Amino acid sequence: MDLWSLEPVALAAELDVLRADVRAFLAEELSAGRIASHCDQWLGGWDHAFSRRLGERGWIGMAFPARYGGSAAGALARFVVTEELLAAGAPVAAHWIADRQSGPGLLKFGTDEQKRAFLPGIARGECFFAAGMSEPDTGSDLASVRTRGSRVEGGWRLSGTKVWASGAHRAHAMITLARTEPRTADRHAGLTQFIVELPDPAVRIRPILLLTGEHHFNEVVLDDVFVPDARVLGEPGSGWHQVTSELAMERSGPERVLSTFPLLALAMDHLAEHGDRASAARIGAVVGRMWALRQLSLAVAGRLEAGAAPAVEAAVVKDLGTRFESVVIDTVRLLSQVVPDPGSGERLSRMLAESILHSPGFTLRGGTNEILRGVVAKELGVR
Amino acid sequence: MSEFTAALVATVREACVRRSGTDAVAACADGGWNAELWAALEQIGVTTLSVPEELGGAGGDVAATVAVLEVLGEYSAGVPLAETALLAGRLIADCGGTVPSGPMTAAVTGPELRTRREDAGLSVQGTLARVPWARNAHHVAVLDNGRVLLLGRGDFLLRQGTNLAGEPRDDLEVDAVLPASQVYEPPADSPISARALRSRAALARAALMVGAGRQALELAVAYAGEREQFGRPIAKFQAVQQHLAAMAGEVLLAKGAVEAAALAVDTQGDADVAVAAAKVVAGQMAGVVASLAHQIHGAIGYTEEHSLRHSTTRLWAWRDESGNEDEWSEVLGRRALSAGTGGLWPLLTGTR
Repeated sequence: MDLWSLEPVALAAELDVLRADVRAFLAEELSAGRIASHCDQWLGGWDHAFSRRLGERGWIGMAFPARYGGSAAGALARFVVTEELLAAGAPVAAHWIADRQSGPGLLKFGTDEQKRAFLPGIARGECFFAAGMSEPDTGSDLASVRTRGSRVEGGWRLSGTKVWASGAHRAHAMITLARTEPRTADRHAGLTQFIVELPDPAVRIRPILLLTGEHHFNEVVLDDVFVPDARVLGEPGSGWHQVTSELAMERSGPERVLSTFPLLALAMDHLAEHGDRASAARIGAVVGRMWALRQLSLAVAGRLEAGAAPAVEAAVVKDLGTRFESVVIDTVRLLSQVVPDPGSGERLSRMLAESILHSPGFTLRGGTNEILRGVVAKELGVR
Repeated sequence: MSEFTAALVATVREACVRRSGTDAVAACADGGWNAELWAALEQIGVTTLSVPEELGGAGGDVAATVAVLEVLGEYSAGVPLAETALLAGRLIADCGGTVPSGPMTAAVTGPELRTRREDAGLSVQGTLARVPWARNAHHVAVLDNGRVLLLGRGDFLLRQGTNLAGEPRDDLEVDAVLPASQVYEPPADSPISARALRSRAALARAALMVGAGRQALELAVAYAGEREQFGRPIAKFQAVQQHLAAMAGEVLLAKGAVEAAALAVDTQGDADVAVAAAKVVAGQMAGVVASLAHQIHGAIGYTEEHSLRHSTTRLWAWRDESGNEDEWSEVLGRRALSAGTGGLWPLLTGTR
């Protein structure tokens, strides 16, 4: 696919109706105090009940067909719903991974039985997934995973350790990448994805706290856990192809641009009161870039809607978008003159603090930006 | 991209390959004017794109015009297509006038231009500064408080000037009495305004910059693949690969913004935010791409003999024309501040 033939997308008028519905729902949720607006809520905002309320409205699993409990509304409808949720700073972490990548992965590579077992629960906002990719010695170099899957009667035995598994302590399953054949010259061969259902007595989950003390990440130790054949995802040995197609979905969404949008929005009223001419230009530079990044993310959603797997375009969105998320923080910090303080009575001060403390993750999760630029360099033919 | 636009772009690209190659661009040093390419573009019928056919234009939408401008930017094409089609042509057409043939350009009056009614017509005296391609234009359309004045070659004295890339930016000393046939009064529901004209000019510059950015990137990729140091092509060094990927990201972002803005102009009433954002990110791209392209090329890239300069001097010139990053950022910032905390998201998404 040619990077330069990416087309802009004009959202259809019926999506305006959907957007208005989501916006009205969120306004009501916020004003009733059922949810509160924060930054980076797709990592930090775990709220089962809110996920269920979204599920009731058909706003999870929008990519799934109706027979698996979805609305088959498509990638652009999902884009509208997710960007509204992120812009409002709503707590979406519980269902995020299941809705964004595990569900679509199951839909694409799973058996009919697997789809019936998991997708309706995901769409209801009741079944949550974790992603089991990274390991203590495997970060950017994903093909080097050492978790082993060995064939046994009726299934497989998995042993190894996964890290940074967000929400694994509350998830119902973790899609786990493991090596099932010895490494050969083709290092991408011999990898397999397994659906490990949780909890399981042979799986030990230990928190890895963020520098704020929050518990989202986990270390997940798989101690000879049995996975039946019916829980192998896709073909044994084709795990690399499957996991990379997951990454195209993982890297291009509006969450790669909007993690700190609630902070920018909150700062507007403050800066309107205290700002000057120079600050208008600095705010506008951020607003203009955010407008453009959203258009780029939307254009990639247009390609997903058309059935393509725009991996390189997704890498560009994530590289530019996640660096931008920190530019937002610096702009608000310098213009507002507000001191970031997690314990402050001022919302802007608290939100600034939570943004700064979460910012190191922006350019790491989903593939470091250096790796992503490597993906782009390969597309340019220089790698 | 529509089939019509794709075919148009392919034809324009072919004309550029033949008539605006590196040697042709270098040979256009005298003011940059590429008469052969202009003639070819006239023959293709793109010089008045986006001007309605019934008013003598080529038809087509702004998206098609922007797509053609990207190609012209890529080839450093020495032709005033943006000025003829999107600026002068549209000004005349928006007054219901029939668009004359030949290259044109446009300007907006400032305090330095005075007009006075006389028996023989409208007396116009004063100066117009830095008018693009004026020395090559057969007509200059001047937006004067809502009406449009059409100046011919005999209506002004010209003092030549250029931008950083050597493109004509001439000062005009106007001293003329214009007959009624050269003064277009706008209709009652006229879309004409200085703001709208500046916005179209900014979008055109941004589209040209996207093309120049792509060319600078392409040259850098090619050079990094050829140039060997420490026994291997410099493209094999991760530091160089990261520079190239950063350039590609900036160009893709600006390209996406420019094309989305053109789509907004064609389909929505209010595209001010879109165009301002496109000019801002194109300007940001210009800075990053030009400096990294030169960094990768080393010293040879900033010599007269190397063609990289055609692209980078245009990037540097165009980012400051029709409003630089700061000017358009301020427009966006004011909109954002008046939208406030609750209105920022609707502003960004073009929704209420």
